[in-house]
Amino acid sequence: MRKARIAIIGTGNIGSDLLVKIQRSPYLECTKFIGRNLNSKGMLFARNFNVELSDKSIDAIVEDPDCCDIVIDATSAAVHRINAPILKKLGKFTIDMTPSQIGEMCIPAINAKEALALDNINLVTCGGQAVVPIAYAISRVSKVMYHEMVSVIASKSAGPGTRDNIDEFTQTTKKALLKFTNAADAKAIITLNPADPPIKMHNTLYSIVENPDMDAIRNSVKQMVEEIRHYVDGYKLTVEPMLEHGRIVTMVTVEGHGDYLPPYSGNLDIINCAAISMAERFAEAKL
Amino acid sequence: MSKELLLFDASLRDGSHAIKHQLELSTVRNYCSSISDSGLYTVVVGHGNGLGASSLQVGLSKYKDNELLRAARENLKGPKLGAYMIPGFGTIEDNIMPALDIGVELFKIGCHCTEADVTKQHIEFLSKKNVEVYGVLMMSHMASPQRLLEEVKKMESYGARGVVLMDSAGAFLPEDVEEKISLLVENTNIRIGFHAHNNLSMAIANTLAAIRCGASIVDGTLCGFGAGAGNCQLEVLVAILQKQGKLKNIDLYKLLDVGDNVIRGDIGYEKGVSSNSIISGLSGVFSAFAVHVNNAAKQYNVDPRDIYVELGKRKVVGGQEDLVVDVALFLSQKNKRDDSSFVMESLL
Repeated sequence: MRKARIAIIGTGNIGSDLLVKIQRSPYLECTKFIGRNLNSKGMLFARNFNVELSDKSIDAIVEDPDCCDIVIDATSAAVHRINAPILKKLGKFTIDMTPSQIGEMCIPAINAKEALALDNINLVTCGGQAVVPIAYAISRVSKVMYHEMVSVIASKSAGPGTRDNIDEFTQTTKKALLKFTNAADAKAIITLNPADPPIKMHNTLYSIVENPDMDAIRNSVKQMVEEIRHYVDGYKLTVEPMLEHGRIVTMVTVEGHGDYLPPYSGNLDIINCAAISMAERFAEAKL
Repeated sequence: MSKELLLFDASLRDGSHAIKHQLELSTVRNYCSSISDSGLYTVVVGHGNGLGASSLQVGLSKYKDNELLRAARENLKGPKLGAYMIPGFGTIEDNIMPALDIGVELFKIGCHCTEADVTKQHIEFLSKKNVEVYGVLMMSHMASPQRLLEEVKKMESYGARGVVLMDSAGAFLPEDVEEKISLLVENTNIRIGFHAHNNLSMAIANTLAAIRCGASIVDGTLCGFGAGAGNCQLEVLVAILQKQGKLKNIDLYKLLDVGDNVIRGDIGYEKGVSSNSIISGLSGVFSAFAVHVNNAAKQYNVDPRDIYVELGKRKVVGGQEDLVVDVALFLSQKNKRDDSSFVMESLL
């Protein structure tokens, strides 16, 4: 098996952090790091690595389609809408980090296998990657009326993309809760906290379940946490499912690897770890 | 330079916190129809944390946002119908668009005081539609004046017609208000507002300080009905401002009546300065007269507030409690004189 070659489009926090994570993977190499400005913060950072840089956006791939097997698009929903059909035509397996909702939503711990058969997968949101699998784990052993998740992230870890698209975050995460679970209704809430030193990403899931079997729920969630920890080592169950006031409360935190942004940026880490995991699975299955 | 002062009524929004978001539709109807001709600028209605916030995290509303807003829309004439929303809880698609369809005329978009850029989508969306929209910076005791100015300027650039600083924790002292509000008023072109909480009994003092420094929006609630220790009590504020010769267009007795009938009556909220005490204060009547005034008002069937006003006119001093009965009798006779039955009765 050879290494899968990856092109990253988008040189912000997500793209720059992915570049570091790819260096660590035995199955992946980054062959092109693409943006619009060779002097952007991310581009200057990327000069530390042995990777070809380009400021030609999607044209960098159109002009040199053999440069990669996988494209990770870390631009914005609006830009991905332009890029997606071009990448489809070029036959590139595309991992979409934006909330564009063009491809199927993918949470590796839930639907990695099915997602590998598609040409464009969407990684939902950071909060979605952290909490939707827990909601799924509760749902697979219960009849759920309602899931509600709350993600609190450090202000410093939320770049302009997240801030300008906070509605897309809220809506997309809610859609993922409904898509991957049997809940009749769902809600997603996000809050930014500017505390200094920055807080670790903190997530809570509330679930209203008919006649819950708490042992089954706890086991199912524990299994899921182990599954996620295979690709996100900073993922931690801090409050195991507990019944209080007629609702089940579960809490997870994510500590980042400290690659591009410091460890408080667990939100950045979990969605990027999901992308790396999908790229590695692709390499294993297809190359 | 000076902008006319606008009163934003948050009773049916912040008050929701005080009753665990169990506001009844009948209360909303009664409140809105009674407050209609009071002179308030806007009445904001909904869950305490705004549209879309009904949740296990902060508390479930008894009624959906849309039901509350519709009940208000059908009964509110005069003040604009307002709604509050915090991005991250609510969205344009799920919450703002339906609220616009119902007929909400004014929006307040809020966020933690250092995170104004998360309101960009929503303020721009509303402002482009020419809908009146204001920014709200919550927990504003946690940021420096300079940082608040940066955040206010962002909201101004998105199209907000004003920005309201919320003292969500009731932690400000008047000198903090002065420092922050003055800086914002001097360095922006839009309205600056203040929303007080009463944890340290500073809600009124802080609101007055804000007005002195040029704030042209004040947020308050009848009876101070609101989260925790409550808000800036609107009737008290109006009484004080009218004493200073301002806000003559506001019907103070109307506010007192709605507070007594709906907030204290229908809802059963018991905090805040009583209507009688407010009028007693305005009239400059010895506070210990309260018991005597209440008794006399009941016995002679007159409005206790009228007794205070008359006592004030007569410049009574401590030790003249006997005059309370005299005034009550006088008012009772005066009322009867306005009544056709008076002639009959006086002949008997």
